[in-house]
Amino acid sequence: MSLVNYLVLAGILFAIGSAAVLVRRNSIVAFMGVELMLNAANLTLVTFARMHGDLSGQVIAFFVMVVAAAEVVIGLAIIVSIFRTRGSASLDDASLLKS
Amino acid sequence: MTGLTISAGEGVLFWILAPLMVLGALSLLFARRTVHIAVSIAGVMVGLAVMYIANEATFLGVAQVVVYTGAVMMLFVFVIMLVGVDSTESLTETLRGQRWLAALSALGLAILLGAVVTRAVLPEPVGLAAANADSNPVAVARLVFSDFVFAFELTGALLITAAVGALSLTHRVRLGIKVDQRTLAEAKLKRYGAGGDATLVVNRPGPGVYARHNSADMPAVDAAGNPVEESITTVLRVRGQERELPSAEELADAGHPYGSPAVEAPTGTQAKEIDA
Repeated sequence: MSLVNYLVLAGILFAIGSAAVLVRRNSIVAFMGVELMLNAANLTLVTFARMHGDLSGQVIAFFVMVVAAAEVVIGLAIIVSIFRTRGSASLDDASLLKS
Repeated sequence: MTGLTISAGEGVLFWILAPLMVLGALSLLFARRTVHIAVSIAGVMVGLAVMYIANEATFLGVAQVVVYTGAVMMLFVFVIMLVGVDSTESLTETLRGQRWLAALSALGLAILLGAVVTRAVLPEPVGLAAANADSNPVAVARLVFSDFVFAFELTGALLITAAVGALSLTHRVRLGIKVDQRTLAEAKLKRYGAGGDATLVVNRPGPGVYARHNSADMPAVDAAGNPVEESITTVLRVRGQERELPSAEELADAGHPYGSPAVEAPTGTQAKEIDA
């Protein structure tokens, strides 16, 4: 068991999150994929903080968490307002600018 | 600087948690119901919090539980309820072969990231014992309020902006007049007085809850013994989960459960005919 295991796990979680963003049509699920990617990045930050004995990594992970919380609030508000006007939470349906 | 020794317990913790977390994360790709996905992701967040604490980041671990499982995932579930649990995802591909390409590139990304971190020459792990001498939250606070104080102030501005932005994004301008209980009741009476298809002055009946079907998916029964379809909530009807009313024979076999129509239920006596 070494600290690299954490990094590999973070990589796997990041890849799963990115796949969810690419594959899923439901905007809420895609958004959860973004959240998972952010958290995977946080895990690497925390692991590297421990590896280097420097707490700056943890502080940056904390800031990432704060920004992610703000991002979730705005993103979900956008999803809700699109759902109200278009009656759909699908990513494919929000194509007003195309047509 | 002293090297870091990782206890065997941490290895056991990792190898129990990591597969569970990957499994929970995979629900993002394979689960059908959005609520199931949200709950599994909340589980992944708890697993991450435990890993942070194992990685000598006590403060972040607790913050992770509070912020992610407590606030963010709850917000997700809230929005799922708002947008509609029964909104199913269309499975038609807009771009041909996009799903396979996406799966392939995600697999490639995982392999690439794994190869990078396993092949990279990393320094000997130091550990945070020295940095966390005055407990982890104190040490993190010292850094936040000294080196990172400007970023910290900026996040305050960011959070305020986000809160105001969410309020203004979800704010709905009322276009018509507000419909209150009184106007609703008056409109109902007016519709009933005008005749037409309006048959009810009062609220629609609730679902029929029998003693042996203790659930809301059983339609109510009208005076003639017929099921009232609109007594079941729309969500159940959209999903096709409402149940059929048991037949008179079945009820006779079951020995007349409470509130069920009698075996020889009177037929042909409609409430409207009595009124007329």
